[in-house]
Amino acid sequence: MSNDPMIHFDRVTKRYPGGFEALTEVSFKLGRGEMAFLTGHSGAGKSTLLKLIMLMERPNKGQIFVGGQNLDRFSRGQIPYFRRHVGVVFQNHQLLFDRTVFDNVALPLEIAGVAPREIGRRVRAALDKVGLLKKEKVFPITLSGGEQQRVGIARAVVNKPPVLLADEPTGNLDPELSEEIMKLFQQFNQVGVTVLIASHDLALISHMHHRVIRLDHGQLQLG
Amino acid sequence: MKDVGQRGAMPAQNNRRQPQGEIPSRQGASAGLEQSSLEAYFSHHRQTAKSSLLRLFKTPLSSLMTWLVIAVALALPMGLLVLLSNVTGITADLEGSSRISLYMKLDVEDQAAFQLSQEIQKRADVESVHFINRVEALEEFKAISGWGDVLAYLDNNPLPSVIVVQPAPMVNNAQQMEILSSALGENPGVENVQVDLQWVKRLNALFEVLGRATLAIALLLGVAVILIIGNTIRLAIENRRDEILVVKLVGGTDPYVRRPFLYTGFWYGVVGAIMAWLLVNIALWWLSGPVNQMASLYYSRFQLSGLSIEATGMLLVAGAFLGCAGAWMAVKRHLDEIEPR
Ligand SMILES: Nc1ncnc2c1ncn2[C@@H]1O[C@H](COP(=O)(O)OP(=O)(O)OP(=O)(O)O)[C@@H](O)[C@H]1O
Ligand SMILES: [Mg+2]
Repeated sequence: MSNDPMIHFDRVTKRYPGGFEALTEVSFKLGRGEMAFLTGHSGAGKSTLLKLIMLMERPNKGQIFVGGQNLDRFSRGQIPYFRRHVGVVFQNHQLLFDRTVFDNVALPLEIAGVAPREIGRRVRAALDKVGLLKKEKVFPITLSGGEQQRVGIARAVVNKPPVLLADEPTGNLDPELSEEIMKLFQQFNQVGVTVLIASHDLALISHMHHRVIRLDHGQLQLG
Repeated sequence: MKDVGQRGAMPAQNNRRQPQGEIPSRQGASAGLEQSSLEAYFSHHRQTAKSSLLRLFKTPLSSLMTWLVIAVALALPMGLLVLLSNVTGITADLEGSSRISLYMKLDVEDQAAFQLSQEIQKRADVESVHFINRVEALEEFKAISGWGDVLAYLDNNPLPSVIVVQPAPMVNNAQQMEILSSALGENPGVENVQVDLQWVKRLNALFEVLGRATLAIALLLGVAVILIIGNTIRLAIENRRDEILVVKLVGGTDPYVRRPFLYTGFWYGVVGAIMAWLLVNIALWWLSGPVNQMASLYYSRFQLSGLSIEATGMLLVAGAFLGCAGAWMAVKRHLDEIEPR
């Protein structure tokens, strides 16, 4: 079982309503504890691929396995429980600005029904990892872009998910901050988390020395 | 920045730890409570109940408006119901003590009339009699009617003596009442027999109609309350769309996402019901003066009774139910379709 890949796409095709084919026959495997970048031009299908892993979209053809589980088999009611084991850092679905950093990071734990006294400990551990322990009581609006992104990462990992997905996590950040964020992902990868990051910051990716999965008009490019 | 892994140097690639967790099997996933303790579940209920109420108080004016609308919609049928139960209480009293009044002919002397009342008293189907002689009748009339001055101009007392007959308990239906009253009416000195049962019957029929009408009004207003709360919750859902998306993305189940909105509906209904209770009581207090005056005119010790404990309970339950129903409707139609994309 533990030799299974963590993420396995088997000839996956995704067609959006209206007929546009965002992914065509995509197959790849991402091993347990592996870290990879997903690149490609705008509209290549990067976000679509991540959404399929999160069960935000369903494929039209092919099968996707995460942790050995066939995603086809998850019913609507089971999706939330699955999502608790996949951390996501998405550019748009971001922080809630009407609650503190602490409460933002605590959200996945509250949802998972973690006992209240346990939540404080785990949230602080996650904030400590992203270097924002001192900011737990402030509201996200007072944080810089890079700090907000780190709060998002803390929220994604607070559940200790085996898989971490990120969609353009450095989209709006300058090169220095971007590298800092990427190093952070690397650190999570080093403790065994499988990490998949969609990005078109090719310069940054090239000196991170990780596997690169390249999409072109919905098709996987080898090499 | 803090180091995530081992202390000191970065761990080498080939020295990597095992993955932290496992993706649960679907069976495990659907069991759902794998991680969550019952304690956390109830704590979330408590917290959500509290924060939903506090959220309503954060926008006091618009919440107050909604509460008032709900309160009026609940108070109207409730008030009608209270009034109705009050007056049906009176008629139940009257029915139990339906009396037969024998108005004597004017040329019958009080003495003879009194004799007759004594004879009637002896009947088995008569509980008691009360004799009112002509002078008493006049005094009484003066006292209640306030026409004393006018009567002073009359040479003769225009009022007959009256024998008020209280039937025995065995006379307990309209037919037996009829038999008794016609028997009493056969006495030659009696001018007129009045059974006050007829108007009791008519009144009861009227109340039956009013009761049905109140029920219909209550149903219509109940539907209105559901729609009002449903619409208010729909707006709340729109306002918190971003939050809902994030919660669903990090694994919030449908019940979890619905919970705050259901509690919001619950609070709209319950606080609305409490305000309705206040409105009804204010209205009753306002009515009590004239009602007491009316009661004294009718020689009645009748007192307006307020909302009973049961009625209060019913009002609160109805408020809570309508609130939850309205919220449920909105949540079903608008919340479940919000999905992260
Ligand atoms: N919900 C949708 N309905 C219809 N078409 C969609 C939808 N989402 C994405 N698409 C289309 O699918 C294609 C792939 O979109 P996707 O968002 O996966 O690209 P991307 O690689 O993430 O691009 P970017 O780098 O700009 O974020 C695009 O052409 C897009 O227009
Ligand atoms: Mg994208």
